[in-house]
Amino acid sequence: MTQPSSGADGLQSVPALLRRNARVMSNSAAYREKEFGIWQSWTWAEALDETQSLALGLLDLGVNRGDFVAIIGRNRPNLYMSMVAAEMVGAIPVPLYQDAGAEEMAYVLAHCGARFVIVGDQEQVDKVLEVQNDLPEFEHMIYLDPRGMRKYDHTRLHAFEAVMENGRAKQSSLMGELQKREAELTWDSTCVMLYTSGTTGKPKGVVLSNRNIIQTAQASSEFDGLKATDEVLAYLPMAWVGDFIFSIGQAYWTGFCVNCPESQDTMALDLREIGPTYYFAPPRVFETQLTNVMIRMEDASKVKKWLFDTFMAHARKVGPAILDGETVGLWDRVKYTLGEFLVFGPLKNTLGFSNIRVGYTAGEAIGPEIFDFYRSLGINLKQLYGQTEASVFITQQPDGQVRSDTVGVPSPGVEVRIGDNGEVYYRSPGTFVEYYKNPESTADTKDPEGWVATGDAGFFEEGTGHLRIIDRAKDVGKMSDGGMFAPKFVENKLKFYPNILEAVVFGAGRDKCVAFINIDLSAVGNWAERNNIAYSSYQELAGHPKVLDAIQAHVNEVNQSVAQDPMLSGCQIHRFLVLHKELDADDGELTRTRKVRRKIIGEKFDDLVTALYDGSSSVYTETEVTYEDGRKGKIKATLELRDATVVPSAQKIAAE
Amino acid sequence: MLDTEQGYVTADGRTIGGVVMDMRNITLRFGGVEAIKNISFDIREGEIRAIIGPNGAGKSSMLNVISGFYVPQEGEVWFRGEPRKPMKPFEVARQGIARTFQNIALFEGMTVLDNVMTGRLTQMKSGLLSQAIWRGAAEREEVENREICEKVIDFLEIQHIRKTPVARLPYGLKKRVELARALASEPKLLLLDEPMAGMNVEEKEDMSRFILSVNDEFGTTIALIEHDMGVVMDLSDRVVVMDYGKKIGDGTPDEVRNNQDVIDAYLGVSHD
Repeated sequence: MTQPSSGADGLQSVPALLRRNARVMSNSAAYREKEFGIWQSWTWAEALDETQSLALGLLDLGVNRGDFVAIIGRNRPNLYMSMVAAEMVGAIPVPLYQDAGAEEMAYVLAHCGARFVIVGDQEQVDKVLEVQNDLPEFEHMIYLDPRGMRKYDHTRLHAFEAVMENGRAKQSSLMGELQKREAELTWDSTCVMLYTSGTTGKPKGVVLSNRNIIQTAQASSEFDGLKATDEVLAYLPMAWVGDFIFSIGQAYWTGFCVNCPESQDTMALDLREIGPTYYFAPPRVFETQLTNVMIRMEDASKVKKWLFDTFMAHARKVGPAILDGETVGLWDRVKYTLGEFLVFGPLKNTLGFSNIRVGYTAGEAIGPEIFDFYRSLGINLKQLYGQTEASVFITQQPDGQVRSDTVGVPSPGVEVRIGDNGEVYYRSPGTFVEYYKNPESTADTKDPEGWVATGDAGFFEEGTGHLRIIDRAKDVGKMSDGGMFAPKFVENKLKFYPNILEAVVFGAGRDKCVAFINIDLSAVGNWAERNNIAYSSYQELAGHPKVLDAIQAHVNEVNQSVAQDPMLSGCQIHRFLVLHKELDADDGELTRTRKVRRKIIGEKFDDLVTALYDGSSSVYTETEVTYEDGRKGKIKATLELRDATVVPSAQKIAAE
Repeated sequence: MLDTEQGYVTADGRTIGGVVMDMRNITLRFGGVEAIKNISFDIREGEIRAIIGPNGAGKSSMLNVISGFYVPQEGEVWFRGEPRKPMKPFEVARQGIARTFQNIALFEGMTVLDNVMTGRLTQMKSGLLSQAIWRGAAEREEVENREICEKVIDFLEIQHIRKTPVARLPYGLKKRVELARALASEPKLLLLDEPMAGMNVEEKEDMSRFILSVNDEFGTTIALIEHDMGVVMDLSDRVVVMDYGKKIGDGTPDEVRNNQDVIDAYLGVSHD
């Protein structure tokens, strides 16, 4: 592994990259944000000016070296600048998930002992003030949007604008100190600390150094040929490592422009207006978008529907091959070009995907149909595999070698090996420094030679050298008859049906598997409307016999497909139920990155699991739910349990 | 020029100024029907003033008198220290009074933005011809007005429907767009006719939050009519209670809640 003692041109920190960008491309756009209906932009020179003014303001507020500065809010240029400003003064930025409740925030803020908090708006101010008594180290809070803040006690509160102004005013006296602190930044200074969402247990603070971030950003930018003229839309949580790498690491390394949407609700519109060239979205976003397209096509006129169906069928056949640069017949090419003109082009424009050169999805498995749909349109959508501890990249798919069932080859500079138990290990320049204040976990995860256990089980495919991930290593278990139990394998197959939003499969240590299923309200709701099925609530729709029939058909099909796999045929679903509520991160059932917490769900709905195994045909249950304002309530329901058709495994049939 | 009378300080610490609008012995008749019978009350600078009462109590008529749409047969409306002459609706708007309607009155075929822009109409000075050519002063004016509208759109969090035709919006959002249009004219006095009618609990909470922040951020004086007692009591600084065209109570929410006449009017009274 190469460990250069100094970066290119001595660029060993994010602030140093900012100064380079402000010098080399001072007038190109660094940030854009839609506000008051217009895209406002910052050039790199302006970004440096504001970041530096804020850093000076922070110095004046008394930020010391090594202090933690928490940053909470939606993606906004000034909040990104806050992270860099914090690093400038030798402090450590800690972005937090903005939709987390006050208690969740309190844990993280107390764990790192944040002295300063920079927030987006009043909502976040209120949350921090609510828990400030549990935060002995907390001293000052800076807010960006002044709306509704006039009446607050301003002894510890400061307006962002005022801090920046104050910094500007005191530039002459404080600039010396700022330059001194910036000069102290090296490869090994902490660039950022990110809290993992925590599929299990409390969040852990992952410390990432400048070396981690900048080397990873450099390698991955070169891998995909990212340029200063690229455009990204920053809409994923700032607390997530991916956003930090894309919107700070790669953006500062290559100098491309980061665009921030106006609000969460305007995402689709803003995406269309910006037309990013480099785009990342979790599978769920692509799923939802495809569902919406399909629903709207159902309502389209006959001619349009015919055009869409005909050309999409053709695109599925030759689109991916054309994208991968393989040879395709002339007539097929002509027909595809016509389709591009009539269908694909306008559709991509509507979705905001017209300019995409490189698109990534990761985090969860993506359905093959969904993946192929986007690729057949000519969108270069690829998969990558990564985690916070690796500064994202472990493996990724090179152009021309893209498939829905693998996660690609090791990223440049990353070594990957498979352990004896099937677990995936990696070692890379991006490998994290440590878990903050948690040496035991650090030692458990990272061995002295720098190999990190991912916690995922997988294998390298023979021939192609691509990595395939089966499941979380912890979740892969044994059934009572000794067969392998890989819940995610089955769950993913279920989730590929548009009607199914989420599935949770149980069966470790048991003789058969059972499943909880969440319906997708937009898809099932639309289907119900078409079939004149009346319903007044999510719960009523989820319990409707016809919905259950439809889901049962999906489960049976999945069983057929699972039976094909000799190793996992024991994971077929014997009984299932459709849950009366949507699994929600606010109730602790999903992580903030929307991953299923199987164990917690199993404990919470213990009565339902028992009922699935004891053979009863219905079960009454009461569930506690948390509303958006933090109040709690109860949902009562009687759920119908259904049996699915189980197919004998392929092996057994052959033996007979 | 305001009434010299002293203001007061509310329970939550806001300072309310002098009288902006003074209704003096108002009586309004439609033919033989007396909709409003000899009512007097005032609205003070910066306060949220509610008018409540059972169905047919004369609340909407009262609001129409305040807005200048109806001219009372008896009594006087004093606005900013002088009696108000009968005037046209646009003259009322120019005085800094804006309103929303009980039954939404938006231009259904126009986008949200265009609807909100109509709220700026009374402030536009350039003529029809220059607006059609859209150069120089007219263009500058359009940009200035658009900026004000965009701030309102941002304030009420309706950016995502900026370009959506109003006809396609759900009821709760239409109500919010109507409020946006009223706010676009930067009113000093805002009249809201049943702003929460027909809304679900969440929409009501949102609307309450917006009403409070309008009052808080811009210092706008607000007079509102509302059916939902809970909402009224939480929002208002002072409440006028009407029943069969008469004023039966006037005071802070607590005073009104404990007023026997009000309790009788709302809950009914036994006549034995």
